[in-house]
Amino acid sequence: MTLLETHEKLTQIHKQAVLDFEQKRSSPDFQIQGSDELKGPTEKEVRVVLRNSGLIDPYDIHEYIAKDGYLAISKVLQSMTPEEVIEEVLASGLLGRGGAGFPAGLKWRFARGAQGSPKYMICNADEGDPGAFMNRLLLETDPHAVIEGMLIGAYAVGSSQGYIYCRAEYPQAVKTMMHAIEQARGAGLLGNNILGSDFSFDLEVRMGAGAFVCGEETALMSSVEGRRGEPRPRPPFPAQSGLWRKPTNINNVETYGNVPQIILKGAKWFASMGTENCKGSKTFALAGDLNKPGLIEVPFGITLREIIFEVGGGIKDGKGFKAVQTGGPMGGCLPEKFLDIPVDYKSLTAAGSIMGSGGMIVMDEDTCMVDIARFFMEFTQDESCGKCVPCRVGTRRILEILTRICDGEGREGDLELLETLCREIIQDSLCGLGQGAPNPVLSTLEHFRHEYEAHIYEKRCPAKTCRALIKFVINEENCTGCTLCAINCPVNAITGERKKVHVIDPDICTRCGICESVCNFNAVDII
Amino acid sequence: METVSTTIPNPLTIPEQKALIDSIIERNRNKPGASMVVCTELQNEIGYLSAPLQEYVASELSVPLSSIRGVVTFYSFFTATPRGRHSIKFCLGTACYVGGADQLIEKAEQVLGIRIGETTPDGAITIETCRCVGACSQAPVVAIDEELFGKQTASKMPKLLKKYQD
Repeated sequence: MTLLETHEKLTQIHKQAVLDFEQKRSSPDFQIQGSDELKGPTEKEVRVVLRNSGLIDPYDIHEYIAKDGYLAISKVLQSMTPEEVIEEVLASGLLGRGGAGFPAGLKWRFARGAQGSPKYMICNADEGDPGAFMNRLLLETDPHAVIEGMLIGAYAVGSSQGYIYCRAEYPQAVKTMMHAIEQARGAGLLGNNILGSDFSFDLEVRMGAGAFVCGEETALMSSVEGRRGEPRPRPPFPAQSGLWRKPTNINNVETYGNVPQIILKGAKWFASMGTENCKGSKTFALAGDLNKPGLIEVPFGITLREIIFEVGGGIKDGKGFKAVQTGGPMGGCLPEKFLDIPVDYKSLTAAGSIMGSGGMIVMDEDTCMVDIARFFMEFTQDESCGKCVPCRVGTRRILEILTRICDGEGREGDLELLETLCREIIQDSLCGLGQGAPNPVLSTLEHFRHEYEAHIYEKRCPAKTCRALIKFVINEENCTGCTLCAINCPVNAITGERKKVHVIDPDICTRCGICESVCNFNAVDII
Repeated sequence: METVSTTIPNPLTIPEQKALIDSIIERNRNKPGASMVVCTELQNEIGYLSAPLQEYVASELSVPLSSIRGVVTFYSFFTATPRGRHSIKFCLGTACYVGGADQLIEKAEQVLGIRIGETTPDGAITIETCRCVGACSQAPVVAIDEELFGKQTASKMPKLLKKYQD
């Protein structure tokens, strides 16, 4: 990679890169590596922050440059003051894509105005929400877009050092980003006197080590500082007092990824997409009981119904829709009556869920919503850092109650106690983990209360999922004696001769459901 | 609190391992927040952060032992005892859970004869659950060493695991 000491040099290289790119793409031997996770956009989708993903080689900086890469930072350094950059980002309406939806331009303005030096930029790549892989895909397919976004932000804020904090569960993303940083440094796009200006900025990747709470900004900073990932009270906010108590701007991967195009194409262009209050587009990770799971990018304002049934191809195996879980473990479960709400920060919050970072899990009629609430609580309870009592102790108490209910030992008064506990933990917890952990419980209690009541008062799981409340029995009419169930049973609970009706021993059976899932003759009933 | 077993080898007493440990510490000692960086590299290269190693790191980085121990016990990626030669992790993210991850686990426990968190007697395999690895459209996912295997079923487990049973 040639050293780009001046803007003119970059312009030259850009011209050549465009030609090389076209030539490469027109060669008959050239094959784009497709991905199961990100396919070409369907009718309702857009490709804004994902414009390069899957179309360029993330290991070749020239291909990023061919797509007008690094021209935004060049424009900024040549013709914009930091304040003008902040104005442009504000005017675009770009809201933070990590979940809180705070205006990015405003955050940058606060950091710019803060007293103290040095100032730091952090990219939160700790995408810990189960079910979310938007950031991973962007980091792996277009790392330079994130680097360039951080460069522009650093110039606006007055920072010369940045960190990308990436979760350890993403080794490929870490490798790809480290390689991209090396290339950018080699080209002089990171380091001292970038493109011949007096602006200097460098980046370092820091890895997480398996703690979900480190996605919370103050816990993340504790981790970068080499300590346990425990959050701090706010105020002071990171913009005033962040990493090593210095002014710090921290944004999500996707937020930074949007910045170069906002600079090149203008705030008006970005603000022409989306809704009145929610500009631009958002990536979502569609997963669960869908025909077409994967990564999508859609303009804000599209409805949940369009996302799930058009872009996502509807529910697998012809089953019925039950709920869509948005926003990760801090989000809520929305039933059918919310399918026509527009997807934006305010509407999802009003419906009792949150946008979160963009995870969207679709659940069919065979999902037990009490079990789902228990699943999320088990997660957040385990990931609680332990610093504050409401979260550390409160989530454990909620988990105990939910587990009892799923085990058929629910009691009168449990639901009221759950609601009280949830409200108190939300009110009193130190950080977003505790403040959000009760959300799945509250939203399932509101929309699926009848399921909780069936578990408690009838000792029945309507979705036939909770193991303590179901039994597996061979259907004698349908069983052909193929022995598939017996072979696959993990506890050897099924006996029977070939071609003869098989039998499940209820005392050994653990109700795992494997027999039912392998049977090709509908011969396993769940009662 | 785990007990310190006298049968856990101390990498500080093995010359090549000690050299590796020292080079990791040397390369990173001046970085701000070095504790996390050093522990991460040691976990990846040595495989575990035993008590003697924690003491060594604390002393080399001039931080209290409690600070290193606090970091090792806080983050789930750090372990104080060695794991098996192959690390098999079952993702329990939401999509994988909804996709039947618990069935994969039950079958694997039967095939290997150990429970989650344990290592096979021959030291070949450790099975664990892990947090969402971000491959949700391929749910349910099993991560073996650094490879991901998607769209798994209980019936696929015996064949998949056989390759790693030395």
